[in-house]
Amino acid sequence: MSYGNLETLYRQVIMDHYKNPRNKGLIGDETYYKVHLKNPTCGDDLTVQIKVVDNIITDVFHDGTGCSISMSAASVMSETIKGQKLEDAKKILKNYLQMVKGEAFDEELFMGDAIVYQGVANFPARFKCATIAWKALDKAIFIHDEEDNS
Amino acid sequence: MDVQKIRQDFYLFKNDNIVYLDNAASTLKPKAVIDALNYYYERLGVNVHRGVYKLSYEATDMYEQARAKVAELLNCQFEEVVFTRGTSSALNLVASSYGMANIEAGDEIITSELEHHSSLLPWQQVAKVKNAKLVFVPLDEDLRITVENFKKVLTDKTKVVALNYISNAMGYITPIKEIIKIAHEKKIVVVVDAAQAVPHMPVDVKELDCDFLAFSGHKMCGPTGIGVLYGKYNLLQKMEPIEFGGDMIDYVGLNESTYKDAPYKFETGTPIIASAIGLKAAIEYLQRIGFNFIIEKETELRKYLVEKMQELDGVTIFNPHTDTGIVAFNIDGVHPHDAASVFDEENVAIRAGHHCAQPLMHCLKQVATIRASLYFYNTKKDIDRLIIAIKKAKGFFDNFI
Repeated sequence: MSYGNLETLYRQVIMDHYKNPRNKGLIGDETYYKVHLKNPTCGDDLTVQIKVVDNIITDVFHDGTGCSISMSAASVMSETIKGQKLEDAKKILKNYLQMVKGEAFDEELFMGDAIVYQGVANFPARFKCATIAWKALDKAIFIHDEEDNS
Repeated sequence: MDVQKIRQDFYLFKNDNIVYLDNAASTLKPKAVIDALNYYYERLGVNVHRGVYKLSYEATDMYEQARAKVAELLNCQFEEVVFTRGTSSALNLVASSYGMANIEAGDEIITSELEHHSSLLPWQQVAKVKNAKLVFVPLDEDLRITVENFKKVLTDKTKVVALNYISNAMGYITPIKEIIKIAHEKKIVVVVDAAQAVPHMPVDVKELDCDFLAFSGHKMCGPTGIGVLYGKYNLLQKMEPIEFGGDMIDYVGLNESTYKDAPYKFETGTPIIASAIGLKAAIEYLQRIGFNFIIEKETELRKYLVEKMQELDGVTIFNPHTDTGIVAFNIDGVHPHDAASVFDEENVAIRAGHHCAQPLMHCLKQVATIRASLYFYNTKKDIDRLIIAIKKAKGFFDNFI
């Protein structure tokens, strides 16, 4: 049988980010917003740190263990989101979640390498792998916004 | 007995080209079980123990016949069979009732790192609340529980031993009969998680002399939502119910009530009628197949599987000396969940993960493993297709790396 679907899922880009992750490793700096997430059913374990200056995400780090989809997605997320305004990051995040769920999404919006995770829509069992890093980002932004409002 | 004929009893084998190797998680359900469930829902559909009409009488009779069937299977008394939601509920019942009433500060509870979370966590909770201590049988180099190592952790403070009969992650058979004998010399109560044992081999609770034993219906061709707690009657009688309300009562006053005798005081509310009836059909189905055939078939397939896997480069088997049809492995350099996606493309259903045994994953120094688990309806062809899938997964990821 052909591996058309799987090929789409594991595009070279994904394997590249898995083997050579960008922005990997954490920083001991309290000014970063830090979120630790786990998927207890498969053992994925991921921490994401972001720094926000003047509503711009100036720095992103991630570290953890898991499958190629979850670990590469963390690398891709960090690269895609670094340097983005908070409001743009939120738009990308929302668009990404719609895309991997197989829902309609804005194909014009800048997504960086994150666009290659389109194939996840054909693998609902891998949805959690593809989104754990982005959910951590979402939570980190949420903590920032809460602090900002108070 | 002809396996091809047996496979005709299962819808998925007749209609899909599936290789099902996740039997330790749940087995498939034969037509005889589905027919029994349908019989109850279509012809009866009413409550038990209450109605004074024919339908309710028949439903009650079928529900209680299911209890008698379980008693026959385990070689125990009818009143020693408590229906629960599954093994987890049964083990929780023992811990919440017997454990909370009998464990005191400073007492020790012996368990192991080989346990399913459902065998460990109820006692972890008792230990926390009662300030008791959990003690773990040191596992040997193969990560087995041995009688010698059990003796090492046995002390005068030990009150309860909670161990598996067969490990769900490694497939080892625990020498539980000897352990029970030694524990009883010190009047220690032994709770056996037999979820992986009862579906695969004859289990005689009188011969084992265990105090409590639990298993689930859905891992032995039965419906989900039904399990059994066996308990020695004198122990069950002394235990307090953990759920209160309908059906379990004797006399109810405004401030005081009395309860029925075991097992009924533990079956609060409308019981799991349909699934109990389905469990009876499942036991009868397995009895027709015969445990001799089940053991013979699983042994033959397991040997074939281990042999075929050992021929592959870059595959690590964590339990090459497994006693049962459970084989744990990983493909070097490929995360189990990535491998599982390739298996899924090949229509091979297999479990990747920590198998509800996180402490054991730490012992194996793995975040997760892939587990193939066999049952009597599997074939060598199933294993050949798994081997092909492993090769494809290796090839697929090697190309990327």
